[in-house]
Amino acid sequence: MHWDIVWNNFDYFLIGAYPEGPLGGMAMSILLALGGIFGAFWLGLLFGLMRLSKQKWIKWPAVVYIEIIRGTPLLMVIFWFYFLAPIVLGYTLPETSSALVAFIVFTSAYIAEIVRAGVIALPKGQTEAARGTGLSHYQTMVHVILPQSLRNMIPSFVNQFVSLTKDTSLAYIIGVNELMRTATQVNNRTLIAPTEIFITIAVLYFIICYVLTATSRRLEKQLSKYQARGN
Amino acid sequence: MTLEISAVSIFFSILVGTIIAVFRMSKVKPLEWISLAYTEFFRNTPLLVQIFFWYFGSEAVLPKAVNEWLYARDFEFLAGVISLTVYSSAFIAEEIRSGIFSIPKTQLEASRAAGLSFMQAMGYVILPQAFRIIVPPLISQCLNVIKNSSLVMTIGVAELTYMARQIESYTFHGFEAFTVSTLLYIAISLLVSISMNVYEKHFLRTVRY
Repeated sequence: MHWDIVWNNFDYFLIGAYPEGPLGGMAMSILLALGGIFGAFWLGLLFGLMRLSKQKWIKWPAVVYIEIIRGTPLLMVIFWFYFLAPIVLGYTLPETSSALVAFIVFTSAYIAEIVRAGVIALPKGQTEAARGTGLSHYQTMVHVILPQSLRNMIPSFVNQFVSLTKDTSLAYIIGVNELMRTATQVNNRTLIAPTEIFITIAVLYFIICYVLTATSRRLEKQLSKYQARGN
Repeated sequence: MTLEISAVSIFFSILVGTIIAVFRMSKVKPLEWISLAYTEFFRNTPLLVQIFFWYFGSEAVLPKAVNEWLYARDFEFLAGVISLTVYSSAFIAEEIRSGIFSIPKTQLEASRAAGLSFMQAMGYVILPQAFRIIVPPLISQCLNVIKNSSLVMTIGVAELTYMARQIESYTFHGFEAFTVSTLLYIAISLLVSISMNVYEKHFLRTVRY
């Protein structure tokens, strides 16, 4: 066993060549995941609410978007943005930003479904009562429905964040220097310790994701106390 | 190739997932721990890392005879199947466990009282009912396997995404290649979700809780 190789490259796994070179490694993975979930939240909220709309011309674009993205592997979405950006924009997007865009687009479709499920799960009386007191549809959503349903959705968002964290490893394929890529780089350079290297980064990913899953489980327990319930 | 590797992996992951789920329900502490560690670890690490681990590192963790058997065959394909199976079986084990939980406890107690052993009670009474309930989530897991199988292109299995990539690099017609393969993936997933809806409408009504 060659654990010394892992030990010598451990700081490279964590932050890449930073501060001398570009940021990479686990820090990059976490940044990608954070940026991805942040962008995907707003986009997903938009599509989720569009999906709930009663107007057909608002609803159907969202349905098509969600179904297409959810039916496609993430790898395909990443390739789409990486290889099509030059055709559409006329210049090449840097790997990191095209991966980030792909993550946002991919995750937003799943978040849209979470939002839809969360809004539907609220008892109908909430909407009816809010409309009955004279609020408009928009006001009802912003002041009554969303504050309640978003709180109930937090555990699902955390779960989505966990799978996004795992999925950032796919950015390796188009050359983003995140945790998975630092591992393959070290593996290709040394060639004698693949088992040790991949066990190490598996454990690193596990630590991040396990902490998040544990948090989501605890949140779920806490939040279930405050839920407004129908009959 | 995509369908082949997905089918093989789905078959094995349902098998392994069932075993892990039954481990979790057994009252034997070491088995419960094994199953807990298995599901938690493999659900919380990226599939890509697992693929690379089995592809590059299987030499160190698997017995020599197994490795030789693997090398003698299509090693890329088998490494892909192993990693997809291990990854998805952890998810499927959780689905099956929740399915078993949804069966009233009296069922197990009654069948134990009727003289069946734990394994018999599971095999003849609990699992057949649990499986019928969890068919919808199980199918969406299968869809995930089909989508996740695109990752095995990284170790050189010639499945749909790999082929699209090949066409892209041979002909520079990446746009067409990616459009067609995306449409194929969407077609598969739509087909499966439509048949799932039909199933839910026609068969799930018969389940009584």
